[in-house]
Amino acid sequence: MKLDPKIPNGPLEEKWSNYKKTAKLVNPANRKKLDIIVVGTGLAGASLAASMGEMGYNVKSFCFQDTPRRAHSVAAQGGVNAAKNYKNDGDSIYRMFVDTLKGGDFRAREANVYRLAECSVNLIDQAVAQGVPFGREYGGYLNNRSFGGVQVSRTFYARGQTGQQLLLGTYQALMRQVSKGTVSLYSSHEMLDLVVIDGKARGIIARNLETGEIERHDAHAVVLATGGFGKIYYLSTLAMGCNGSAIWRAHKKGAYFASPSWTQIHPTSLPQSGDYQSKLTLMSESLRNDGRIWVPKNLEETRLANDIPEEERDYYLERRYPAFGNLAPRDISSRAAKERIDAGYGVGALKNAVYLDFSKAIKEQGQAKIAEKYGNLFNMYEKITGINAYKEPMMISPAAHFSMGGLWVDYELMTTIPGLFALGEANFADHGANRLGANSLLQASVDGYFIAPYTIANYLADQIKVGKIGVNHPEFDKSERDVKEKLNELLKIKGTKTVDYFHKKLGKLLYDYCGLARNKRGLEYAIDEIRKLKAEFYRDVNVTGDAGTMNSELEKAGRVADYFEIGSLMCYDALTREESCGAHFREEYQTEDGEAKRNDADFQFISAWEWPGGADKVPVLNKEDLTFEFVQPTIRSYK
Amino acid sequence: MKLNLKVWRQKDRFSEGKMVDYSLDNVNTHMSFLEMLDTLNDQLIRNNEEPIEFDHDCREGICGQCGVVINGIAHGPLKNTTTCQLHMREFKDNETILIEPFRALGFPIKKDLKVDRSAFDRIISSGGFVSVNTGQAPEANSIPVSHDIAEAAFDSAACIGCGACVATCKNGSAALFTAAKITQMALLPQGKEERSHRVLNMIAQMDKEEFGHCSNTEACEVECPQGISVLNIARMNYEYNRASFLRSKKR
Repeated sequence: MKLDPKIPNGPLEEKWSNYKKTAKLVNPANRKKLDIIVVGTGLAGASLAASMGEMGYNVKSFCFQDTPRRAHSVAAQGGVNAAKNYKNDGDSIYRMFVDTLKGGDFRAREANVYRLAECSVNLIDQAVAQGVPFGREYGGYLNNRSFGGVQVSRTFYARGQTGQQLLLGTYQALMRQVSKGTVSLYSSHEMLDLVVIDGKARGIIARNLETGEIERHDAHAVVLATGGFGKIYYLSTLAMGCNGSAIWRAHKKGAYFASPSWTQIHPTSLPQSGDYQSKLTLMSESLRNDGRIWVPKNLEETRLANDIPEEERDYYLERRYPAFGNLAPRDISSRAAKERIDAGYGVGALKNAVYLDFSKAIKEQGQAKIAEKYGNLFNMYEKITGINAYKEPMMISPAAHFSMGGLWVDYELMTTIPGLFALGEANFADHGANRLGANSLLQASVDGYFIAPYTIANYLADQIKVGKIGVNHPEFDKSERDVKEKLNELLKIKGTKTVDYFHKKLGKLLYDYCGLARNKRGLEYAIDEIRKLKAEFYRDVNVTGDAGTMNSELEKAGRVADYFEIGSLMCYDALTREESCGAHFREEYQTEDGEAKRNDADFQFISAWEWPGGADKVPVLNKEDLTFEFVQPTIRSYK
Repeated sequence: MKLNLKVWRQKDRFSEGKMVDYSLDNVNTHMSFLEMLDTLNDQLIRNNEEPIEFDHDCREGICGQCGVVINGIAHGPLKNTTTCQLHMREFKDNETILIEPFRALGFPIKKDLKVDRSAFDRIISSGGFVSVNTGQAPEANSIPVSHDIAEAAFDSAACIGCGACVATCKNGSAALFTAAKITQMALLPQGKEERSHRVLNMIAQMDKEEFGHCSNTEACEVECPQGISVLNIARMNYEYNRASFLRSKKR
């Protein structure tokens, strides 16, 4: 299929206004006749559901958590970017656009990225109006901090809980619509299938996680704002419930999946301490503003961090990237840490970490100032590790964090299935091969508040005459039957191993062969091993309980079953991209000093994968060529 | 280390529950409390028993989904800490640990250690917001908010909605949760327009749910993972009296 990104004509700065000028509208009186399903209540999903509700559409909002306020946007700590130029340090929409495009290693669409920067300024206005308590200067005006990969201060923050505060603003907007009756809320519900009728997305099958009941829901448009699938690595910074099942099941119904292997490995997470570990806690990247990263220069170092003299410390980021130093982008910082750890310079009991040292900042600014900026992070660090980071350096390590990949969407955020939209981390659109810090909250919010409300209306304008969809179409029967069969299949196996056993094994495989560094042999090996592991899962997993009640093991089993297939596709994606770009580092394609070597001549495209109709078949690759009209791709250098 | 666990098991909303004994070996002191429960569940599944249902998600203390009562204390022995951030180094070898759900009339038990906290959603839905639609917002810096006011509003806004305040209160009161939102909004210029309506509606909803009244024991502040101050409740009472007075004048 020819992929049409539907980029509007005109100069870069006018594309989005041109789109809005000509997009179709729905008369206020007709809006309540149109049903929209929004799956996910993070920043993208909740902001869209609230915004569409405010306009008078009939919205159904779903989340698997017990309340929308717990969606994983809540965990983003550091901040949200906006090109307000409040610091007068040379920022602009254009500068933010270039930073984001370059940060993504020129593997994103210019028009999408420009729109992200353009809408960023409105988001801050909206959040402030909702009562989000951003950090402020003494004069009462909004404060900013700087973040990785850029040289201006454009990051707005609410202490170390920016995601939580932004989400609460959005959640409250959503709950306001719930009270008005424009949004119906379905908490503790998990989408298990997409219903496609005559080629259009027309509903979902969801499981009520409290009762086990399978429900049918119809709509004129379905929106997936279900977040990322980094939990596929088992050990990750994501919440335990984060999963790829909603987008994967939509993929199997015809939505293309773009760049699945582009996973951001975050440089500042806490290291693993044992096999029992269930997640890796993230320490906000904002810590790199004042913390300096180092490892000992001596291989056999046994002294405590504070006993190692200055001249025997290797501040490797400052050494390798003097212009950006400790604020080098995430992919580069993570890879540099891995390089030192693999070379044997790691610190900590398992030698799997590097130091993040605040002694200089504390000496210069005083402990009180550091505590005001990062107090809750230092507390969290002490709770988890028992170590006081005001007195000795933190130990940090890279961890799987963000999926740049996701469902392929066009400029309207519509997938290859008409009427199915994907927002936020669930789509692939704006971050290219590497996301810049503090752009994640931004993209999720902008998609939901400012972009999708226009593009979905443009789609719905043609659906007014369709009338109520209803849930009696044979496609609903079929989807419901498939979902029930799948659940029973998992329950019937009654083998000897737990779901987590398989998830951990899969995660380790992907981390080793499709993680920070990849190569052809490793990826081929991983594809084969995943196939074997999946076969073992269907032979030997033990899912306790039944489908008719609350059953966490069954929920996990369904997600892990999808993870095998997603993991396999990730490996195919990494295997076929014979270049290094952003977070995708193929060992065969690097410069002499170990930097990523991009190949624009052959790989300046987005890989959009098509479901081949069966898990045993090789996935089908479609390409969307990227053209750069306004900024010419350069070699990304942070030296 | 080895642990003796007594865990609340309850089939569903309508069944009666009871404490069940389990023993668990090879607990590592670096494990989080929830990883200890994971380990117990792993053992149960291997023995073909149904694992214990408990709420959890982010496991970094911010989503507010986790929360159990440990030895009679909501979220366990550490101050200002969610259950997920509690580690086994806080317990002794061979210790007996009682694990129960958050108990309150307003939080019906769904299964084992999971409770229904949807009453909190309904309280927010009754007025815990600023009535601003997408697109209506003025330029962000057009209304200055002093540093101290913004910080104070943040202190109230930091609530993660876990419900430990309700679980620890002898009256099962949701006063701290409700007051924190009312205070955040009353402090900020953006929230001031609706302060009277908001406090009256939110308190009415809180009373409609099966939460008890606040009798100022201040236990909630002690157990709150975010250290939300009981002064928020004083502020709520002030806002309530102010709004009631203004309403009576209007009549």
